[in-house]
Amino acid sequence: MRMSRDRRIAVLMITPSIILLAIFVYGFIGQTIATSLSDWGTDPNKPALMPGVLINFVGLKNYQDLFTGLLNARFRGDLVNTVFFTALFLAVCLGLGLLLAIMLDQNTRGEGIFRTVFLFPMALSFVVTATVWRWLFQPNGGFNVLPTMLGLDKLNFGWFTDRTTFISFTWQQMFLFVALLILMAMAYFAVTRWQGRRRTAAVYFLIGLGLLGGVVLTAALGLPASVRNERHGLNVAIIAIVIAAAWQMSGYTMAMYLAGLRGIPEELREAARVDGCTEWQVYRYVVLPLMQPITLSAAIILGHISLKIFDLVFVMGGGSNQQIDMPSVNMYLTTFQGNNFALGSAIAVIMLIMVALIIIPYLITQLRGETQL
Amino acid sequence: MNVRNRIFSVGLALSMLAAGASTLPAQAQSTPAATAAASSASGNFEVFHWWAGAEAPAISALLDVFSKQYPGIKITNSAVAGGAGVNAHAVLKTRMLGGQPPDSFQVHAGWELIGTYAIANTLEPLDDLYKSEGWMDKFPKSLLDLMSYNGHIWSVPLTIHRANLLWYIPANLAKWGITPPKTWDEFLTTCATLKAKDPTVAPLAIGATFLQVQLFENILLATLGPKDYVNLFQGNLKWTDDKVKAAFTMYSKVLNQCVNADYASLGDWVPAAEMVVSGKAAFHLDGDWAAGQFSTNDKLAPKTGFGWALTPGTDGVFDFLSDAFELPKGAPDRDNALLWLKTVGSVAGSDAMNPLKGSISPRLDSDLSKYSVYSQSAAADFKTAIIVPSLEHGAAAPEAFTTPFTDLLTAFNTSGDVDSVTAAAEQLAEQTTPKALASATMAATMAATTTK
Repeated sequence: MRMSRDRRIAVLMITPSIILLAIFVYGFIGQTIATSLSDWGTDPNKPALMPGVLINFVGLKNYQDLFTGLLNARFRGDLVNTVFFTALFLAVCLGLGLLLAIMLDQNTRGEGIFRTVFLFPMALSFVVTATVWRWLFQPNGGFNVLPTMLGLDKLNFGWFTDRTTFISFTWQQMFLFVALLILMAMAYFAVTRWQGRRRTAAVYFLIGLGLLGGVVLTAALGLPASVRNERHGLNVAIIAIVIAAAWQMSGYTMAMYLAGLRGIPEELREAARVDGCTEWQVYRYVVLPLMQPITLSAAIILGHISLKIFDLVFVMGGGSNQQIDMPSVNMYLTTFQGNNFALGSAIAVIMLIMVALIIIPYLITQLRGETQL
Repeated sequence: MNVRNRIFSVGLALSMLAAGASTLPAQAQSTPAATAAASSASGNFEVFHWWAGAEAPAISALLDVFSKQYPGIKITNSAVAGGAGVNAHAVLKTRMLGGQPPDSFQVHAGWELIGTYAIANTLEPLDDLYKSEGWMDKFPKSLLDLMSYNGHIWSVPLTIHRANLLWYIPANLAKWGITPPKTWDEFLTTCATLKAKDPTVAPLAIGATFLQVQLFENILLATLGPKDYVNLFQGNLKWTDDKVKAAFTMYSKVLNQCVNADYASLGDWVPAAEMVVSGKAAFHLDGDWAAGQFSTNDKLAPKTGFGWALTPGTDGVFDFLSDAFELPKGAPDRDNALLWLKTVGSVAGSDAMNPLKGSISPRLDSDLSKYSVYSQSAAADFKTAIIVPSLEHGAAAPEAFTTPFTDLLTAFNTSGDVDSVTAAAEQLAEQTTPKALASATMAATMAATTTK
């Protein structure tokens, strides 16, 4: 009796948020997906803003256009940019955050002041960060004129206006490379499952491996000639964005690591020292392994920020600097300036999938962990 | 049937309104009683535009005129900043789709008006307003044609801007020993001369994406000539044509040899214009909104303090864009919106706004003595030059074309691959231009182009 009353209250309390979530999150995700499968705004003979305009189902045509259409080179460049930006941003933030945290953990004098100083950028909005760093990175001002104060020559680095690329590859190579990565991951899982005596799971992975391999290979070889040799790469200009973003977020990573470091019982370190560990070995074999869950959480939080980043890039590049362009900016302009609502929705859905690829495995492992407890 | 009924009722409402309104202007001029009747209008009115920052004083002057005429109306001034209206468009479209239109909004005449809003059936036709105000012969026919679709006029023009201009400081040019070039080839030579003299000076300063497209548009216009320029947007000339390719090649040369290195990082046109004032650049390619910046903000005198020339190869051509206001369907304060449109189209309203903004009045009977030296010369040119619609500013092509084309062009800035950019532009043009409409809208422009 008491249980059911508790239950009823619980259900009652949770219902409003479930309804709101269902409508405003999942309902609209559904609507975006539906729009992305339509021709809303892609057909010039049907004005996009007409009330009650006839919208037809066109299947995956918009997605196909994004990946293989001659006119959507910008989107493909965005994808490549996002991958590089996310990788560099994560590496810098995690590395710098850990370093700062370890330094603060040495019983530094004035720790509180430093902690506040490092955390402060996080209080700013990305728009402010972008404006400040846009000034600092001006090719004719900011950092480039610093050496002139020492009587040296002005630097000529273009920062976010730079137009060169480090690594360059064709779109087809990118396709094959990603396919290879996925296949290797699946092969790895198949082998571990087989060894772990979960043979049915291994067989499923192998079948999936074969299917996916076939699909990706046909897709890669079937790319139209016009986009097959389209060149993409790691744009030098991305570095400027990484610096600005890392300046803002590494303090946050530091705070997470610092909390983790404080959570390690002093006894563990003492025990290691008694066993004859040097201070370096204490960190290498005791502290860092214990930081793993924090690294994972930080990577996920930073990862989903970087995959969705808009304000920083929009303010720094004005929406047109394709060297630092990201899918979100492209989505905004395609939808609201170009009136191409279907194509814009397709970009949004792809962004959602990218974030989901990071978040869902994390959620699954978290939930599993909880049920096992 | 339902639709037909609705059109009928809208028409009826309009004609009733026109009948009521038609007596007003005549009385307003003669009797104070009628003025009182007009100014007793009350309620709210929301106007939506992207004039903020340097252009804010101009719109304030117009709003002042309006609020003096109708002191009872409470004005909501919804400005969304951003050059060429990038952000304003996003907000406006969301509101239109959500069924919450403002009472009147700013739009560029031409494709942006017709292709995005008029054919989407989101506006009310303004024929009756034009008739009752006697405006049919107060504006150039070619301009009204660009605002017409399906036999109706859809907006009231407020400003006329010219987009094919080079701005400079005469004293600086004299110091460097250069003059405004007459062709783009000559322009490249001038760049080389200037760079040899002083490598720190950029021969041409541009900023913001819209000026990159505007630079290309000017080179395209010079290379093709006004007739083929219009032909290109009408679909009679292919983007893969050799002449278009030549324009892209020239654009690439100008961009790499003449333009300021940091053009991509300047967020707006004002910093680029200021480079010319401070002597860091020789020329600034921009529309005539720059005149307002030079005279109002930099306190320079026209002709002596700052000078202007037509962009190379565009003599006798007026690359135009026009800001206009209209009446969206479902405007919450429809009556007040109509009063606003009357002020916008009147000599008083037009001459309050345009001199401050650096534009000219679309009205043929505007009081030129109120205008700057630059504007007087532009107004004279507007009556005699060949008028062509601007690509960047929404007049020449639909937004569905212009937005991806901007992407193609900025990618071309880096790649320099003429063949692939022209192939893509051709595909884009075929994909985004509804054929029937293209000929209808552009025919009007063609008529304007050929009759001059």
